[in-house]
Amino acid sequence: MNLHEYQGKEILASYGVNVQRGIVASTPDEAVEAAKRITQETGSGWHVVKAQVHAGGRGKGGGVKLAKNLEEVRSRANDILGMMLVTPQTSAEGKKVHQVLIAEDVYYPGESETKEFYISVLLNRQAGRNMIMYSTEGGMDIEAVAEHTPELIFTEEIDPKVGLQGFQARKIAFNLGLSGKAFKEMTKFVTSLYKAYDGIDASLFEINPVLKTSDDKILAVDAKVSLDGNGLFRHPDYAALRDTREEDTTEVEAGEAGLNFVKLDGNVGCMVNGAGLAMATMDIIKMAGGNPANFLDVGGTADAKRVETAFRIILKDKNVKAILVNIFGGIVRCDRVAQGIVDAYKNIGEIPVPIIVRLQGTNAAEAKVLIDESGLKVYSVIMLQEAADKVKELVL
Amino acid sequence: MNLIFETELLISFMIKRKKHLITKGFDLFLPRIKKPSNMSVLVNKNSRVIVQGFTGSEGSFHASQMIEYGTQVVGGVTPGKGGMMHLERPVFNTVAEAVAKTKADVSILFVPPAFAADAIMEAAEAGIKVIVTITEGIPVKDMIMVKEYIKDKNCTLIGPNCPGVITAGEAKVGIMPGFVFKKGNVGIVSKSGTLTYEAADQIVKAGLGITTAIGIGGDPIIGTTTKEAVELLMNDPETEGIVMIGEIGGNLEALAAEWIKAHGTKPVVGFIAGETAPKGRTMGHAGAIVGGADDTAEAKKAVMRASGIHVVDSPAHIGTKMAEILAK
Repeated sequence: MNLHEYQGKEILASYGVNVQRGIVASTPDEAVEAAKRITQETGSGWHVVKAQVHAGGRGKGGGVKLAKNLEEVRSRANDILGMMLVTPQTSAEGKKVHQVLIAEDVYYPGESETKEFYISVLLNRQAGRNMIMYSTEGGMDIEAVAEHTPELIFTEEIDPKVGLQGFQARKIAFNLGLSGKAFKEMTKFVTSLYKAYDGIDASLFEINPVLKTSDDKILAVDAKVSLDGNGLFRHPDYAALRDTREEDTTEVEAGEAGLNFVKLDGNVGCMVNGAGLAMATMDIIKMAGGNPANFLDVGGTADAKRVETAFRIILKDKNVKAILVNIFGGIVRCDRVAQGIVDAYKNIGEIPVPIIVRLQGTNAAEAKVLIDESGLKVYSVIMLQEAADKVKELVL
Repeated sequence: MNLIFETELLISFMIKRKKHLITKGFDLFLPRIKKPSNMSVLVNKNSRVIVQGFTGSEGSFHASQMIEYGTQVVGGVTPGKGGMMHLERPVFNTVAEAVAKTKADVSILFVPPAFAADAIMEAAEAGIKVIVTITEGIPVKDMIMVKEYIKDKNCTLIGPNCPGVITAGEAKVGIMPGFVFKKGNVGIVSKSGTLTYEAADQIVKAGLGITTAIGIGGDPIIGTTTKEAVELLMNDPETEGIVMIGEIGGNLEALAAEWIKAHGTKPVVGFIAGETAPKGRTMGHAGAIVGGADDTAEAKKAVMRASGIHVVDSPAHIGTKMAEILAK
């Protein structure tokens, strides 16, 4: 589950991670009030107005602006709130901005030069351990750094028995070229950061940039925080931070019905039991000359109700020209699923596109009889190859 | 979605450019597979199986299905319900007690995600040799601890989030439909449940059959990797061909392919699901997400082909391909 920058920063701060101070706002008036409070607390006269959407590269799309006085705070907030923000990570139409973060200006001049770093915490799947990945090249596109100067990216693996050790935090601070007060601040920053990662069941932290200020403080200027959905039962307060406005509405609806659904751009809808078979079915559609319109795993209990909901969700997409139902009955009996399809058809009324039903496994023969005798515009097949051939015939 | 995408992409670059950073010491983290002497691959007719989460609805249903298949289910564990009988088998409070009383050597878990990690460690501590974890939704943080905990225990963990293991005609320790798996000479390794059934069905319809099918699971951290499962089947004298089914995300298939290239002695038919999956989106399985260039279906298939694996592009051709190769 992804969080907004302001939510991530609040959580980090609660673990003692030094972050750029900010207050979230939904209207230009709130933005001005937020700016006033930040000036009181930090003395910062300049502010940064940052769009809060789940996508990186916000600055490139005009979603991050500096404001040098309260009037500018108001006008920048007014510009950004409600805009469709297009970044390299969003679709072409962009994402609607509902909130902005009003943050203190931390790039003030001082005794030493400011310096930006990159720090992320994530799972190293191969090792089965968490690791901290960091670089002296902060504030820029880290993928480009990895491609052009991989020697500037370091990793530190965490032993789960003992957690992050002091020598590791010091090594990170040394490798980032710090000394004196900034060095100490960095070891504290990294230690708190890992404590937060471990404490909240995170699946990714990406802090880019981590800033060394001109007075040698270390703080998180941005924060991408992702939580492990499977760990949310331990953190009901964090579960409430989910912002469904950032998600596809159909996907949210499907999730509530217990269906695992991902919207795609194709013309053939599919309904499958099991994630692996669902992906394989999408591949079959592509090979047959079509394009999958979705990923949909109905799960282990493909009963009539779920089948009907799944049909309704797939049919919302007007690009869908045909639907392929692919169920391998194991514990689920195919005749029950077939009955569900027949019922769903009747309840929904006219389904305007052809449906190919492939039921295999437990009671597949009985299921085929049910479908064939229903008199519905449903093509019943048994082998996967037959399903592929039928898709080809209908789509091309 | 993009958060994961960016950093996974970065890791893939790292793997490519600075391989040593990621893989250094990698072997240290693999659980050592100890092949119990009385077993063919992982489970057989002599396996003495207990069910953790025995009296729950999932546990009860699948335990009775396993018994019907002929698996020697010798009892179960549900803390607090020790002393009662369930499905005509004894229920114990702890795995240690179950092992002491029934000489169980295999366990299957239907324990809810919040308690599953604890249950796996309990089984490992009690001396269970093969621990099959069906549970879906265990937090990654818990699995990191489990992986660490069982490293020096004499056990093999299968899963989590997997359909289990079946040795055709001998023992089903899982939730797969037993009737699909007719006995034969083809082994299956797969991250997916229903796609495993699909492959087995095709194999049988092509006139062949199954030795053992191992569902390794689709989570980011799993006990037994593709490579380790393939190795078990390579060493099994009854297995003549291997089907290896993977999906997008991670590099388990690539590691298995490298091992097969160096040590393989039997033909392998491979399929990778998710060619059409979009980048950065999790496709059902927690581990099924394309991050960088190396964990796409195309990249994995290329590595597999280069390792001599017979890769099929269509999942409908797994069975016919295997029949064609074994007929040669």
